[in-house]
Amino acid sequence: MSPAVTPGTIPGPPAEPIGKPAKKAEWPLFEVFVRSKAGLDHKHCGSLHAADPQMAIQLARDVYTRRQEGTSIWVIRSDQITASDPGDKSAYFDPMEDKVYRHPTFYELPKSLDHM
Amino acid sequence: MQSITVSAHPSVQYLLRIGDTCLILAQRLAEWCGHAPIVEEDIALTNMALDLVGQARAVLTRAGQLEGELGGTPHDEDQLAFLRDERDFRNCTLVELPRGDFAVTMLRNLAVAIFLELLWQRLEGSSDGELAAIAGKAVKEARYHREHAAGWVVRLGDGTEESATRLKAALELLWPYFAEIFEADAVDDEADAARLGPRWADLQGEWRAGFAAVLAPAGLSLPAERAFRSTGKSGRHSEHLGYVLAEMQNLQRSFPGGVW
Repeated sequence: MSPAVTPGTIPGPPAEPIGKPAKKAEWPLFEVFVRSKAGLDHKHCGSLHAADPQMAIQLARDVYTRRQEGTSIWVIRSDQITASDPGDKSAYFDPMEDKVYRHPTFYELPKSLDHM
Repeated sequence: MQSITVSAHPSVQYLLRIGDTCLILAQRLAEWCGHAPIVEEDIALTNMALDLVGQARAVLTRAGQLEGELGGTPHDEDQLAFLRDERDFRNCTLVELPRGDFAVTMLRNLAVAIFLELLWQRLEGSSDGELAAIAGKAVKEARYHREHAAGWVVRLGDGTEESATRLKAALELLWPYFAEIFEADAVDDEADAARLGPRWADLQGEWRAGFAAVLAPAGLSLPAERAFRSTGKSGRHSEHLGYVLAEMQNLQRSFPGGVW
């Protein structure tokens, strides 16, 4: 018996331009945060490009949680994050170096709270 | 390597339809490995291919056991995957069609995922405990596959002129092949009578509603019914399956029992 007839032709993948890459609108970058267990906090684990937040979550699921790393995912557009200026580092963080009294290590805890 | 002969028992045939549909779609999805438009999508498609391979392995294993329980020669998953001839594969023709462009792949994934999600939901109540357990695990995977494909189908349909044109062409191309999934026959009836699983024909109404609900925001609607019926479920395939099997089976046929 001859094989069944196939109506229509199957379109192939689009021909890739050789040498000169087509100009593409870049998808926005999203930062990905994954919570590994209930009760723990979301940790930054990387970033990816996606067309919209929903797609970013789906892609993050496939890229960052495929080995059971997660129970929850947050994504946020990278351009929505306001970061401290690396140039301010010395003014911002160095003054804390010699202020050991800000650490709680000088308090003696009762025995019952020993493992705090 | 000599091909095996598989039991013609309707229960075995019913399981082969499920296992083969998953297995062959997995082969087609795996073709995107290294070729998807973005690396994250490459990983996503490969993950889904592996989900489908896992489902196929479980169902084919059960089909092979059942052959033995019904008094025939039992087979393992590898024998069923690698040592059957084209005529003994029971997948719907839809899943053996070439991967096409991204629109064809996503639209087919959507159609199959909606169907498989409905099927696995019903199979969770199967009289076969093993199959019910497989379904319990697989239904979650199918749900994710559906959501993933639905997102893309809407994005393509509601995207650029180019993406909408391609999605429309994909629907016209694939539409004639969807009908086969729901063609009622004796295997379906026997499975229903034995409470092994639902008649696939009975899932058509819900499938149409689910599929139309995604097509609408993509700017498309269900096309009119067509007279064409593909016949993969009964073993008469399109010209494409032979090539898939040649590639998939080559190693086991050349080096029987080979492992790594």
